[in-house]
Amino acid sequence: MRLATAANEAYAASLAVSELLGCKQCGGGHGPDEELGIRIPRPLGHGPSRFIPEKEILQVGNEDAQMHALFADSFAALGRLDNITLVMVFHPQYLESFLKTQHYLLQMDGPLPLHYRHYIGIMAAARHQCSYLVNLHVNDFLHVGGDPKWLNGLENAPQKLQNLGELNKVLAHRPWLITKEHIEGLLKAEEHSWSLAELVHAVVLLTHYHSLASFTFGCGISPEIHCDGGHTFRPPSVSNYCICDITNGNHSVDEMQVNSAGNVSVSDSFFEVEALMEKMRQLQECRDEEEASQEEMASRFEIEKRESMFVFSSDDEEVTPARDVSRHFEDTSYGYKDFSRHGMHVPTFRVQDYCWEDHGYSLVNRLYPDVGQLIDEKFHIAYNLTYNTMAMHKDVDTSMLRRAIWNYIHCMFGIRYDDYDYGEINQLLDRSFKVYIKTVVCTPEKVTKRMYDSFWRQFKHSEKVHVNLLLIEARMQAELLYALRAITRYMT
Amino acid sequence: MEKMSRVTTALGGSTLTGRTMHCHLDAPANAISVCRDAAQVVVAGRSIFKIYSIEEEQFVEKLNLRVGRKPSLNLSCADVVWHQMDENLLATAATNGVVVTWNLGRPSRNKQDQLFTEHKRTVNKVCFHPTEAHVLLSGSQDGFMKCFDLRRKDSVSTFSGQSESVRDVQFSIRDYFTFASTFENGNVQLWDIRRPDRCERMFTAHNGPVFCCDWHPEDRGWLATGGRDKMVKVWDMTTHRAKEMHCVQTIASVARVKWRPECRHHLATCSMMVDHNIYVWDVRRPFVPAAMFEEHRDVTTGIAWRHPHDPSFLLSGSKDSSLCQHLFRDASQPVERANPEGLCYGLFGDLAFAAKESLVAAESGRKPYPGDRRHPMFFKRKLDPAEPFAGLASSALSVFEMEPGGGGMGWFVDTAERYALTGRPLAELCDHNAKVARELGRNQVAQTWTMLRIIYCSPGLVPSANLNHSVGKGSSCGLPLMNSFNLKDMAPGLGSETRLDRGKGDARSDTALLDSSATLITNEDNEETEGSDVPTDYLLGDAEGEEDELYLLDPEHAHPEEPEYVLPQEAFPLRHEIVDTPPGPEHLQDKADSPHVSGSEADATSLAPMDSSFSLLSVSHALYDSRLPPDFFSVLVRDMLRFYAEQGDVQMAVSVLIVLGERVRKDIDEQTQEHWYTSYIDLLQRFRLWNVSNEVVKLSTSRAISCLNQASTTLHVNCSHCKRPMSSRGWVCDRCHRCASMCAVCHHVVKGLFVWCQGCSHGGHLQHIMKWLEGSSHCPAGCGHLCEYS
Repeated sequence: MRLATAANEAYAASLAVSELLGCKQCGGGHGPDEELGIRIPRPLGHGPSRFIPEKEILQVGNEDAQMHALFADSFAALGRLDNITLVMVFHPQYLESFLKTQHYLLQMDGPLPLHYRHYIGIMAAARHQCSYLVNLHVNDFLHVGGDPKWLNGLENAPQKLQNLGELNKVLAHRPWLITKEHIEGLLKAEEHSWSLAELVHAVVLLTHYHSLASFTFGCGISPEIHCDGGHTFRPPSVSNYCICDITNGNHSVDEMQVNSAGNVSVSDSFFEVEALMEKMRQLQECRDEEEASQEEMASRFEIEKRESMFVFSSDDEEVTPARDVSRHFEDTSYGYKDFSRHGMHVPTFRVQDYCWEDHGYSLVNRLYPDVGQLIDEKFHIAYNLTYNTMAMHKDVDTSMLRRAIWNYIHCMFGIRYDDYDYGEINQLLDRSFKVYIKTVVCTPEKVTKRMYDSFWRQFKHSEKVHVNLLLIEARMQAELLYALRAITRYMT
Repeated sequence: MEKMSRVTTALGGSTLTGRTMHCHLDAPANAISVCRDAAQVVVAGRSIFKIYSIEEEQFVEKLNLRVGRKPSLNLSCADVVWHQMDENLLATAATNGVVVTWNLGRPSRNKQDQLFTEHKRTVNKVCFHPTEAHVLLSGSQDGFMKCFDLRRKDSVSTFSGQSESVRDVQFSIRDYFTFASTFENGNVQLWDIRRPDRCERMFTAHNGPVFCCDWHPEDRGWLATGGRDKMVKVWDMTTHRAKEMHCVQTIASVARVKWRPECRHHLATCSMMVDHNIYVWDVRRPFVPAAMFEEHRDVTTGIAWRHPHDPSFLLSGSKDSSLCQHLFRDASQPVERANPEGLCYGLFGDLAFAAKESLVAAESGRKPYPGDRRHPMFFKRKLDPAEPFAGLASSALSVFEMEPGGGGMGWFVDTAERYALTGRPLAELCDHNAKVARELGRNQVAQTWTMLRIIYCSPGLVPSANLNHSVGKGSSCGLPLMNSFNLKDMAPGLGSETRLDRGKGDARSDTALLDSSATLITNEDNEETEGSDVPTDYLLGDAEGEEDELYLLDPEHAHPEEPEYVLPQEAFPLRHEIVDTPPGPEHLQDKADSPHVSGSEADATSLAPMDSSFSLLSVSHALYDSRLPPDFFSVLVRDMLRFYAEQGDVQMAVSVLIVLGERVRKDIDEQTQEHWYTSYIDLLQRFRLWNVSNEVVKLSTSRAISCLNQASTTLHVNCSHCKRPMSSRGWVCDRCHRCASMCAVCHHVVKGLFVWCQGCSHGGHLQHIMKWLEGSSHCPAGCGHLCEYS
């Protein structure tokens, strides 16, 4: 009974919010239900993800005991079973750790008050215009007693949170620019200053939601039914994927059909997998023989770094319409800028000098006990997760491929591993895959179904979700490393 | 002196000299290593690789090993080690996975000797064999350890750590073939260099990565390990299972650990993050470092004792780009700053006191205070001549115990357990609590409870049986007039009396006078009572008690138990005199005297002449009829609660607060309430009265308090079969798919409370077992054990 009331409240709140956020574009399109005075929400009928056919995704009710327990935990912690969970359950081992961490960050003991946590989540998700996460957390924010006024924009929030805006911006798009001055500015702001523990909590939340936004777009998570855009009785408004976009926009139904039926190039994509495996074998074998010189190795990293900025999809320049979510950011123009564009030189970040295991972990655990442990576990699981399969092949050692993906993402953020030959990346990751990775990690709001479909065509959806897990964890670690290094520098 | 000479001989006749000094490097250091002649040190880092000679007054750069125009990753060193047999031989571990050896004897400028590129990932550690000239060991991030013979081009053998990253490798100093390796997952392995197929022994030493280890230079088989979990552990490896001998808890993750030469129990540590100091610990005293070096401004990355037989020179390199020589005598000693005395109160009023022995010895000459020193106990640590801080370490502990019964805290426990705080009407609660208090001999408290009942329960609610009872009792006390006293008259009397009392409370000293005088006049029996009680404590109780005694629940019961307690008898007459002035003029006369004696204005007006007390009666009638608002007393009650709390009896304050609930809550500010609650809960928990404390938490209305029992509500259970934590559900193990605890009676899974016999470990549902034990005393599982459940 209590749950039901809570749900009603949340629902009412979400309605209230949608009132606030009413979509101008399709504001008139109320359904016929309204004439009867009753409005029945109906799901949009794509399943939890717009990219993955519904039948591929596990149906609630068919799960095994372990998954069921996970669902139960998730429901108990969040009061809902959201689409992210439904997609992540492809990898229950990871999901467990993910849920545990998220639960701890949002609900358990921590230096920040509950409504701050959700508000920071909203701020972070809004950087990527991720209406899905924004909606979820707007509800949660109101539910834990947050002031609805704050939702009208960052300038209505307390000065303390406003101060965080800058860090949020830099962290989301150009984390390598974070300096100890940023940290100092937050910690020494008279009565609005953050404590170190609060700051670490905030940083972890920010990075968590930046990367979760990547996942949301990367896997095309559909809006929740109770959120705007998740049901049809009123036109969804906040969502970027406003219903009018979905039906007449670039996500055309035809395209979906073509692709789901699209075994047009079976032989082609089959060849793709074979080629990839062959390359992996070659690399494995010739590693000892061919020894690249030092300069060669160094330049390979630079090349990869430089190249990563060109791998943008063609619709790069398309301007995303600024919607109401954007009230959370002041500077829409501030986006991902590539490392070496505009002659901006940033020294390469060497993992051997500041890595998560040795340094980051210790710092986080010192300032926000137990979270370091949880995040560490999550990184480990994400990095080491494997089923030793590749598309239709079994018993494949995928560690090389996973490492290439992980290091490629870090490379885009200017993080270099001394002991890695960046030539491998070029061998293993083809262009369409790089485009996808780059888009998901840097500008997730621009991911399209076409991009999702065009890489690794023969691979299973679960494997693509696996790739997404690697992407978001690598991204989170990269952001954390920069932020924590700045904090360390501030402290010394 | 003897020690000094030993050092000198060990050094071959020349003592080391020098001072605390540091020099600036061009770049952050990652590791340092000392030449065996103790006169040179090598510093290695990402962009530095230099040899410095250690002069008397300063470091002098001798050689830069980074030659060549192009910086190579092979020169980006994660670790460096200098051979302890050969002064010309060095090895470095590069961040790109290359192991390089260097021969200083080479005539050319480039001293690089050999390059091993077998590791695929960063090499974390290199280590030379302590006695063999050509054997080098490396441990890498890729999970392999490799043993190289420098006379050959590639590795002799490879040891696999099952793809766990290797953080440190160290050859045993005593055992020729043994080496230890530490891993990122917290394991430590022991290998025989001749058997690369599998490790000799493996155990989990830390939670999280083990960053470093060091073999004890003298004690065979002692291995110190340091990990990310901020601990340094000393293991004895000679026994069948590695046994943890000592554990030092530091404040940050431990990056390096090095045993101090010539000091069996000392080791130096530095940390990976946050903390920049170097500590030297005595492992037997793991809480305060024996010495501390605070020179560095950034984390220390490498430490080395300058000479294997000299305990006073420590060298260190740091991320702040400096190289330091620390002299032990210049170290700061946190012990000196520590407070050497300790004082602690026990729960039951015992007192323990520890101090430097000299202090205690001086004091023991003094005459002890009479009565306070029950069983002084003294512990004295044996002096260890080898220990540099012997003087501080010897201390004496004295324990003073309370006299049994005298001021013990038994009453607190009893009261806490027996008080009723909720679930019944207010009147009953008050009566019950008053009874409890009285039975424990706390009359003042008992009377307070009674009074509270009178204040807050409208008279209609007062059970007439009680009333009659007390009335009957009253008459037995020799006041026949009481019989004519009816309920209606009494109630108004009540109101006036309490008000009177307030007046009295305001002028307490007066009341004392009044009471004592009244007592003297009316009753001779209680002189002893007066004398035996502490006046201040007595005051309030007496003042409040006077009028309340009429309503005492069953004073007869109280009397036999406490024959010396005569206050009720005394109070009764007083009380009735006031109310029943008309029937008993002769008593009134007595009574009338007292106000004059006291001189209290309030009392005088209310009590003095006969007619004025009539008028008072009528006034109180009026007051009552207009339903005297309970607010009327709230100030008084508030003061009373404050009084109790200040006396240290938060129990009373909180109990009253809970029992009265809304009636008083608004008068006391939130913060004070919270303060009382927390103090009381803290006390209860110290006495392990968990149930009571939880009840109090539950009944509290303060948000901050009631959320107390909503924090950390998770109970973690381990599977009894595989010993792993059962994360998802408490009764079934995910790994071995077994149900954890079966009920021995009904053979179903116990999902709630499980009770088991500690003798045979069988058990089951609480109800089932209780039921079973009614019929049988044997174990329900049929194991034949005579089970005991308490």
